[in-house]
Amino acid sequence: MTGAPLLRMTGIGKSFLGVRVLHGVDLDLHAGELHALVGENGAGKSTLMKVLAGVHRADTGRIELDGAEVSFEHPVRAQRAGVSTVFQEFNLLPERTVAQNVFLGRETRTRGVVDDRAMEGATAELLADLGLAGIAPWSKVRHLSVAEQQVVEIVKALSHDARVISMDEPTAALADHEVEVLYRIIARLRERGVGILYVSHRLKEIFDLADTITVLKDGHLVDTMAAADTRPAELVRKMVGRPVSSVFPDPLEPHGERVGEVRLSVSGAGNTRLDGIDLEVRGGEIVGLAGLQGSGRTEIAHGLFGVDRFTRGEVHVDGRRIDPRSPRRAVRAGLALVTEDRKSQGLLLDQSVLANARLVLDAVPPFGSGRRVRRIPGILSSLELVARGGHGQEVRFLSGGNQQKVVLAKWLATDPGVMILDEPTRGIDVGAKQAVYSLMRELAAAGVAILLISSELPELIGMSDRLVVLDDGRVAGELPGGSSEETVMALATGASVHREEAAP
Amino acid sequence: MTEPTTARVRFPTALRGGTGTVSVLLVLIFVVIATQNPSFFEGPPLMAFAKKAAPLVVLAIGQYLVIVSGEFDLSVGSLVGAQVVIAARLIDGDEAMTYPVIGLMLLFGLLVGLVNGLVTTLLRVPSIITTLGTMLILFGAVRYWTGGAPTGALSEGFRVFGRHGPDGVPVLGQIPWALVIAALLTVGAILLMRSPYGRSLMATGDNDTAAAFSGVRVWRVRTLAFVGSSLMATVAAILIGGFAGVTAQVGEGLEFTAITAVVLGGVVLGGGRGTVVAAVLGALTVEALFTLFNQLYLPSTIQPTAQGLIIIAAVAYVSRRGDPRPPTRPRRRPDPPNERQLDSSRR
Repeated sequence: MTGAPLLRMTGIGKSFLGVRVLHGVDLDLHAGELHALVGENGAGKSTLMKVLAGVHRADTGRIELDGAEVSFEHPVRAQRAGVSTVFQEFNLLPERTVAQNVFLGRETRTRGVVDDRAMEGATAELLADLGLAGIAPWSKVRHLSVAEQQVVEIVKALSHDARVISMDEPTAALADHEVEVLYRIIARLRERGVGILYVSHRLKEIFDLADTITVLKDGHLVDTMAAADTRPAELVRKMVGRPVSSVFPDPLEPHGERVGEVRLSVSGAGNTRLDGIDLEVRGGEIVGLAGLQGSGRTEIAHGLFGVDRFTRGEVHVDGRRIDPRSPRRAVRAGLALVTEDRKSQGLLLDQSVLANARLVLDAVPPFGSGRRVRRIPGILSSLELVARGGHGQEVRFLSGGNQQKVVLAKWLATDPGVMILDEPTRGIDVGAKQAVYSLMRELAAAGVAILLISSELPELIGMSDRLVVLDDGRVAGELPGGSSEETVMALATGASVHREEAAP
Repeated sequence: MTEPTTARVRFPTALRGGTGTVSVLLVLIFVVIATQNPSFFEGPPLMAFAKKAAPLVVLAIGQYLVIVSGEFDLSVGSLVGAQVVIAARLIDGDEAMTYPVIGLMLLFGLLVGLVNGLVTTLLRVPSIITTLGTMLILFGAVRYWTGGAPTGALSEGFRVFGRHGPDGVPVLGQIPWALVIAALLTVGAILLMRSPYGRSLMATGDNDTAAAFSGVRVWRVRTLAFVGSSLMATVAAILIGGFAGVTAQVGEGLEFTAITAVVLGGVVLGGGRGTVVAAVLGALTVEALFTLFNQLYLPSTIQPTAQGLIIIAAVAYVSRRGDPRPPTRPRRRPDPPNERQLDSSRR
């Protein structure tokens, strides 16, 4: 690509609550170019996109459009300037028609009255331009498929005469044949000279579509390179490239009775989002579930816990077949689930530390014995919970790390045989992370089977004895603990498949 | 996040959660009553007040159970009316029928509570609609059944609960059974809220998703709260029937008085906060206020207006005090966690 760029971002920096998430990132986008933005979860891709979309304001740096500096205080300003963003969650009104959504907030009026006809006509033209006559402008968005809704988002962007469209994981919710439609639309957009900023985890798409690839890591720009000169393995290495730090405590000497026994086994489990899940966790073992967001990690946890039930397959706990139809049954079978979203799924924010810690004991009768309840203060102090108001303190006043300790205490109180930890260190400080790691080691040594889910690869690799890698709701493969991040990412992104395809 | 601590500093821990404010209010009203009528605190008048206030206390306890679980029960007023009319019609002055009919009333209350609860939790009809429906159904059914004017009569054995009590107690004169019943139910409700069920109920009102993830059967816990409310309404009906007799207007508007009482006690609508004691104090305060109105010769027709002002002021007070609940927090409908979440629509 030669000539002046359509969009130039230079030195973009952004901090949230004193934490820098973007460190002076530069990015050029030319007309008709597809520029892929890649990196691990938390690398800063979404933040950069949101800065461009006017959702966040950059602390430092400048954005130029056609050589003139612009500043987007609000998403509407960005849209008017010709920069549109298609987010993962669509901003569509389900009960309105396609045309009404496309022209939302700037409806065509005839003599002061909204003119649906005119809007439908204009929408139909835009759709026809993309070669998509199949979507009726007057149908309600609720009736459209996910792929069609995405098309509506893109049409909405085009109706603003967008010259830059950024897309956040546009294929995440699409089936294979729908992805092809998206490819065609992207080709049309590029013919029209639209510059596309494309965020995706899927390496295959990136190599199919991109002209240029920018790699972000921990908020820093790692490299910008031409896709044609880049090999998948090299890209993966740039995405993860950092040494596994030695912050993870070593395994302890096992002393539990059930060490080595198979405590959790799943065979052929599946539901609408999972298929053919086979999994075995032994007492004393920490098994990591690796995979990209949406690959089915949390879905497995929810399936085991009876939240999103498995519709096929078998689950055995300690050799007994269980039917996890509800969290209550899962708890009775000896399972515990530390949920990914602490505040909305894990805690009663207005209640005391103690009320939270004894919730499972209260809710599931056979556990409600005084003996277990009396152990709670001991559990809380062994976790080194810091609450200024003591155990009567309401949980919402605690820090994230201490809140997580309350959640852990709640589950430890039930003496679980199998513990599922979904992103147990998300949003907590370093000290609390260490406490969680040590606790996991102690539990494992005592014979608990642990299933760990984490988006942080170093953590997952550093803590797990074995890794089960998921891709698109299926088990993509199993790796020993201590495998390199490259191998895990290659399995999780399907890059190894891509290389095989590219080889001949 | 600093705002709520100022409210906390003002009252000792035992009076937290609005109990302090409502106590102060109650004392204030009592003081004004005493200045108007110095003999109010001389035993018998106080007992008369207790007898009159007892039904509202009982209703407030029932309403508390439902509100703390994050729901509403608008059907209690109509239920009280229906129960009194049923009792009069079936007993028809026959002493022997007293206890069988009371048993029947409790069964009917149980049934209404079950319907309210199951429709709200399993059919996912918002409780404000469910109980509005039940309220209208009961109201209409009673009118239809009685042809507009209730017939029959209550037995003396039935009326004893709302009217009488052990006599000859020193200083107080007569201790009304209504007071005894209300006190027992208050103690029972306090104990209930400390039981595993009560804790699950509070958890459900605070965050039903987290409760469900912890093994709480949210639908069951909420349904039982509705049953509790309907049973309390039945008890209140027995007391009111005894105290005031049978008219077509019995129970009218009581649901709002009960909600006013609970809200005045600082029990936060939306669930998860507030205590039984606060709800009971709220009921006493509302009743004391009405007593004061009587003393000031204000017509009783002004009472709904006062209730309306109280309910708005009470909620505004709690909100202004800085309800620290993050506004973005999802308040979801009762959601058994077995349902597939709709957020990510991979098809």
